[in-house]
Amino acid sequence: MTTVFGVPLPAILGQLMLGLVNGSFYALLSLGLAVIFGLMGVVNFARGAFYMLGAFAAYVGLQFLGVNYWCALILAPLAVGLLGIAVERLFLRHLYQLDPLYGLLLTFGIALIIEGIMRGLFGASGKSYPVPPLLQGGFNLGFMVLPIYRAWVVLASLTVCGITWFLIERTRLGATLRAATENARLVQAFGINVPLLVMSTYGAGVALAALAGVLAAPVVQVSPLMGSSLVIVVFAVVVIGGMGSILGAVVSGLVLGLIEGLTKVVYPEASNIVVFVIMAVVLIWRPTGLFGKE
Amino acid sequence: MRAQIAVYAALAILALAAPFLGLYPVFLMKLLCFAMFACAFNLLLGYTKMLSFGHAAYFGSSAYVTGWLVTARGWGTIEAILAGVALATLLGLVIGAIAVRRQGIYFAMITLALSQLVFFVCLQAQFTGGENGLQGISRGSIFGIIALGADRTMYYFVLAVFVAVYLLIRRIVHSPFGQVLNAIRANEPRAVSLGYKVDRYKLLAFVLSASLAGLAGSLKALVLGFVTLSDVSQGTSGEVILMTLLGGSGTFLGPVVGANVVVALQEYLSDVVGAWVSVIIGAIFVICVMTFRRGFVGEIQGRFARGAGKL
Amino acid sequence: MLKPGITALCALLSLYTSAQAAAAADQIVIGDIDDLSGVYADVQGQGGIEAVYMAIADSGGTVLGKKVIVLSVDHQNKPDIGASKFREWADQNGLNMLIGGSNTGVSIAMAKVAAVKKVPFFAIGAGGASLTGADCTAYTVHYAYDTTALGNGTASAIVKQGGKSWFFITADYAFGTQLQEAATRVVIANGGKVLGAVRAPLGTTDYSSFLLQAQASGAQVLGLANAGTDFSNSLKGANEFGLTKSMTPAALLAFISDIHSLTLQTAQGLYLTTAWYWDLNDETRTFAKRFFAKMHREPTMTQAAYYSAALQYLSAVKAVGSTDADLVMAHLKQTKINDMFTKNGYVRADGLMVHTMYVMQVKTPAESKYPWDYYKVIKVMSGEEADGSQPDPACVLAKK
Repeated sequence: MTTVFGVPLPAILGQLMLGLVNGSFYALLSLGLAVIFGLMGVVNFARGAFYMLGAFAAYVGLQFLGVNYWCALILAPLAVGLLGIAVERLFLRHLYQLDPLYGLLLTFGIALIIEGIMRGLFGASGKSYPVPPLLQGGFNLGFMVLPIYRAWVVLASLTVCGITWFLIERTRLGATLRAATENARLVQAFGINVPLLVMSTYGAGVALAALAGVLAAPVVQVSPLMGSSLVIVVFAVVVIGGMGSILGAVVSGLVLGLIEGLTKVVYPEASNIVVFVIMAVVLIWRPTGLFGKE
Repeated sequence: MRAQIAVYAALAILALAAPFLGLYPVFLMKLLCFAMFACAFNLLLGYTKMLSFGHAAYFGSSAYVTGWLVTARGWGTIEAILAGVALATLLGLVIGAIAVRRQGIYFAMITLALSQLVFFVCLQAQFTGGENGLQGISRGSIFGIIALGADRTMYYFVLAVFVAVYLLIRRIVHSPFGQVLNAIRANEPRAVSLGYKVDRYKLLAFVLSASLAGLAGSLKALVLGFVTLSDVSQGTSGEVILMTLLGGSGTFLGPVVGANVVVALQEYLSDVVGAWVSVIIGAIFVICVMTFRRGFVGEIQGRFARGAGKL
Repeated sequence: MLKPGITALCALLSLYTSAQAAAAADQIVIGDIDDLSGVYADVQGQGGIEAVYMAIADSGGTVLGKKVIVLSVDHQNKPDIGASKFREWADQNGLNMLIGGSNTGVSIAMAKVAAVKKVPFFAIGAGGASLTGADCTAYTVHYAYDTTALGNGTASAIVKQGGKSWFFITADYAFGTQLQEAATRVVIANGGKVLGAVRAPLGTTDYSSFLLQAQASGAQVLGLANAGTDFSNSLKGANEFGLTKSMTPAALLAFISDIHSLTLQTAQGLYLTTAWYWDLNDETRTFAKRFFAKMHREPTMTQAAYYSAALQYLSAVKAVGSTDADLVMAHLKQTKINDMFTKNGYVRADGLMVHTMYVMQVKTPAESKYPWDYYKVIKVMSGEEADGSQPDPACVLAKK
């Protein structure tokens, strides 16, 4: 067995593979956050809660409404996205003129409410969500068996990230969005309904989180607490990548997932903190993040 | 002015008589510790507008150090408390030095991430007992003279420390140092142009806040007899933000009232409604952010702004 | 300023005082502090509370002329909540006996309170053997099972079948560590070796990276030193990653509720050690039927233990004529335990309730003839075989 630094190669490759899976998750989740912050200046603390709602929507759909996984992939983000729009309309809209900290605190409170309701309804332990039959089984890669489902997660996440990046950076819609953040009044003067744009952006960002939730459901067990543990890591990812940069979020998400995987092989206890250490270092050295523009 | 004195007098009588009114002393002490924590946090949020998202790091690590020194090393109570505060101060200095250079959201994110680091260190370190926490911390005595085992005695000790901290915070805010902080909060660029080394002032405020938070943590370890990971967790950091905002940042009594409300709600509602407590607290929080932006005490103060002194 | 201030203060005061429950002297108060919503909720949880009510009913509802009531709270697997509630109930609500725990870390914290407040604590569900070792107290009775018995049962069976090299995935708190230690001792004593171990935080749902490490070690046996949903998730993950083809999973602690949620398809062939099984004999079946009528699932061994512990406590109180903790504990340590849970069990000097343990194997789907027909008995271990005949030397009470 070949070894690298005394660790067998299959082990490293295996953890890297897993790291890639996790990384694509982080990328997908931080994408929405970067979109919302970059375009609206709002830090959405409720991200984790919407992610969790997406997973629960899929679970409830399966258990009580007979909605299968594939439909859930579309329906759950839609449903949760609508909820996100409601939140924006009713609450966030009034806080834009104020210090962005208020927006952060509000989303923090909303996250608490959502998490509390789910915990009250479903208890704190996880509910299991089965892997859809089409995606069961695994590829034998030699150094490990990679479950097909995880490969699908990587594929789906990267595709969605790619599409989103393209939409924002390369289409007219994206250009309008970007212009609206720089100078809303001017854009409005051109006849574009800025509040509507903002609202739909927020909804889209939320829907992205919910999508990640549905993708995650078969892997991590649907539980009310699933969002809160992830949220902090995702924030770190976005800060490292640069708060407004879509590309930054995706790239750092992937890279961090890989680094986390590597750490698990070399120094497992540190795998939890490696993201934060990197974040601290990046913030000291390059405060706007690796790809940030500010 | 008269109204202010009357309110304080009423509170003082209540506080002194509380154990004799049949109120559970351990619960009251828990309240005092968290009120202290919230006041310390408010020093940062209310008077310098820096929102630290990881204040539990100082509260909890100080608690761990005190608890460990008492149980594993047999240190005296007062010495252990001081050691805990020293650690919290040091931690505040290190984290503050990194964080203070940035503002607003970035500041919050840095404090968040670094406190997570502290959390994981506590999780891994042997002496903290990891998930099991530190148990059976005895209260010892004050320099071997006054034993603190009895709930009532401990209560008066904690009350005394609380009053001292409260007065200290008032003193800091009204001092020349506090005036500069006020200026920085009102208009930072102008303060800079006036020649003030703004970062130094902010750092000092941060360190002070961290030390006092540590003091609250050490006391809590002794009052309840244990320290667990939840004391350094994200949840506790979030709670202290809640308490301060609910009560009203920028007032003195605000954090105290906020702490009372949150701790009391958790204590009495969790028996009845279990997980729904966080929904209720979250809802109150959202209402506060949307409407009562100044918190309970801030609102009350605002309504009666003509005449009455600052509470 | 004055009026609103004082009104607010009054409101706060009333909030505090209103919840002061009257500590009635004419009641016997049994407390249940447990994990009611987390990883262990299905194993004990509400079912445990139901079992206590059944025991109270079977004792006549009143003992020594006093009504027996039950207080319950969810400790959410947090030692601070468990210990504070216990202390509060002892101080404010006249608690006479505490039952429950589930989580070893929380139970250790509560045992310490039991010693200070002198309230008998029947630790059920928590496995850590240190509860009758280094953490023992004069008021703790460790019922149902402990990590020593699990090691002697399951680990021994697997090693003797040829599983010599082990890799552990351990829940990172007192229970997991003690279970790993117990199993390791047995493995080494039988000529095996431990190739490695990794710790997973309580409540981990995605075991993929730990499972990969296990695979990389090349061990024959995957020792799962965890329980509840941790156990089901790690086993499911092992299946997903194809580990079960090359390694034998060792379920060091599994309950019938886990097997039920995993389904026989996934769990078949697993060895596990248990103190009780609903289908053992007529007495157990009668109890199970009553339980099933209320909870719509068969009772786990710990839920049966709740029933037995409450029953035995109440009969001890009747025999002694008072709820005095010292008298009751002395009586418990001198009497044999004989009920549907176990025959000829006894409470040892260090607080362990020594009784028969069974090594079971999970049936294949073909072998199972009716719902919940999951186990076949492989070995019956006497209490002494499972836990040794001497009190744990680490316990201060063991030194006579």
